[in-house]
Amino acid sequence: MDLLLGGVRQAVALLLAGDGETWAILWLSLVVSGSATLISLAIGIPTGTALALVRFPGRGLVVSAVNAGMGLPPVVVGLLVTLVLWRGGPLGGLELLYTPAAIILAQVVIAAPIVAGMTLAAVQQIPREFRLQLLALGASRVQMVWVVLREARLPMLAAVMAGFGGVISEIGASLMVGGNIKSQTRTLTTAMVLETGKGNFDVAIALSILLLVLVFLVNWALTGIQQRGTGP
Amino acid sequence: MIAGHSRVRALVALVLAACLAAPAGAAPGAVILSTTTSMQDSGLLDVLVPMFERATGHTVKTIAVGTGQALALAARGEADVTLAHAPDVERRYVAEGKLLNRRLVMYNDFVVVGPEADPAKLRGEPSAVAALRRIAAARARFVSRGDKSGTHLLEQKLWRLARVLPAGPWYIESGQGMGATLALADDRRAYTLADRATYLAFGRRVALKVLVEGDRPLLNVYSVLEVDRANGSRVNAAGGRAFADFLLAPETQAVIRGFGVERFGRPLFVPIAGRPDADFE
Repeated sequence: MDLLLGGVRQAVALLLAGDGETWAILWLSLVVSGSATLISLAIGIPTGTALALVRFPGRGLVVSAVNAGMGLPPVVVGLLVTLVLWRGGPLGGLELLYTPAAIILAQVVIAAPIVAGMTLAAVQQIPREFRLQLLALGASRVQMVWVVLREARLPMLAAVMAGFGGVISEIGASLMVGGNIKSQTRTLTTAMVLETGKGNFDVAIALSILLLVLVFLVNWALTGIQQRGTGP
Repeated sequence: MIAGHSRVRALVALVLAACLAAPAGAAPGAVILSTTTSMQDSGLLDVLVPMFERATGHTVKTIAVGTGQALALAARGEADVTLAHAPDVERRYVAEGKLLNRRLVMYNDFVVVGPEADPAKLRGEPSAVAALRRIAAARARFVSRGDKSGTHLLEQKLWRLARVLPAGPWYIESGQGMGATLALADDRRAYTLADRATYLAFGRRVALKVLVEGDRPLLNVYSVLEVDRANGSRVNAAGGRAFADFLLAPETQAVIRGFGVERFGRPLFVPIAGRPDADFE
């Protein structure tokens, strides 16, 4: 118990002292997971919307694949991305392995199905009659999709939160494709595992607190957007 | 509503700024060093790598994994140089021509640690092999890394020398790093084999005592090996060679000799550049 309390005390001291390395790790985590989330939105929202609105043969299979992808184990993604990015692998020539870009790539693979799957569900819960009415009122297809997405924005922001929450907290993929290299690819979660392994529990606790605060702040901002104009 | 808008803007600005500030990809020709988690956990590389980068302008990417994987990565050409501590496996890779120019860098030592109560009566036993035999005979709990790390390979070698096939409920495989394994051994009141650096780093947190130390087989010898260009066209052989030479340079060896004194009151490593392999058989 005193280890935990002492750890929290030392954690606060570490944060207040403005340790440069800690802040660099925090920043890298935010940049990597933020970029990965943005890219996942760019891929996941159109995919999810299209799957919700368009009927085509084999759609059931694709939807099942997207839904299964929402539960992709990060460590599996990490292994696959590592094999692809290895010098001897298909994309080895890009020299991306052990860079922040590699972590972003892996996190996109993790987050894009989450965004796509939740967008799909969000758009599908808008009644079909509503869409038909819009078209009947003279809306173009693009206008119809736009209005539908606006209507679905509450659950879709939940998709953003789930995507970001999934990647900022994952460890398996970041460790494998990033390599946990000091001041290059060390993120909050990989640093936590390292410090725990070294027995520096106070630093690990400090990093945990940072991660929780970061996740809270991002979700607080997103909740601000989500709840805008939805007073009781 | 207004508050929501400003939050949106703040968030967008933050993410955009973050993207612009994001570090570019690896500089071409970066040196990939594969090494062991215990090496990384010791903190020595946090001192040596920046020295090397300042002196040569190379960028080093240190990948810390189990020794088995560190050597396998190098042998596949996925790393340019490797710092490992599994002499038998290293010699096999050299014999197969996959890794080159194995040179000794330094050693630290392993210790057999266990609970204060010492159920297998190891205290005072000078031989590590005899100690393991006693643990097996007493069926006292022993935690193994079980991860093909250098520590695990040494442990397996000691069991072989003791002519014991460790199996049964008393033999616990953690499958984790040294720190986690020490914590597990402490929790289960079990024996384990640990490198001294990690044990010292955990000293305050675990009640385990050093019971066997100083035996020849417990010396943990680190060697640097270079990677053959033939292993992959993208191998940065020159960068790997530069790092290997750097580790063996007199100034670097002096830094190694002084490392750890500040934190533990004693050095963690003994530099041995230029010494023959036979001295540590």
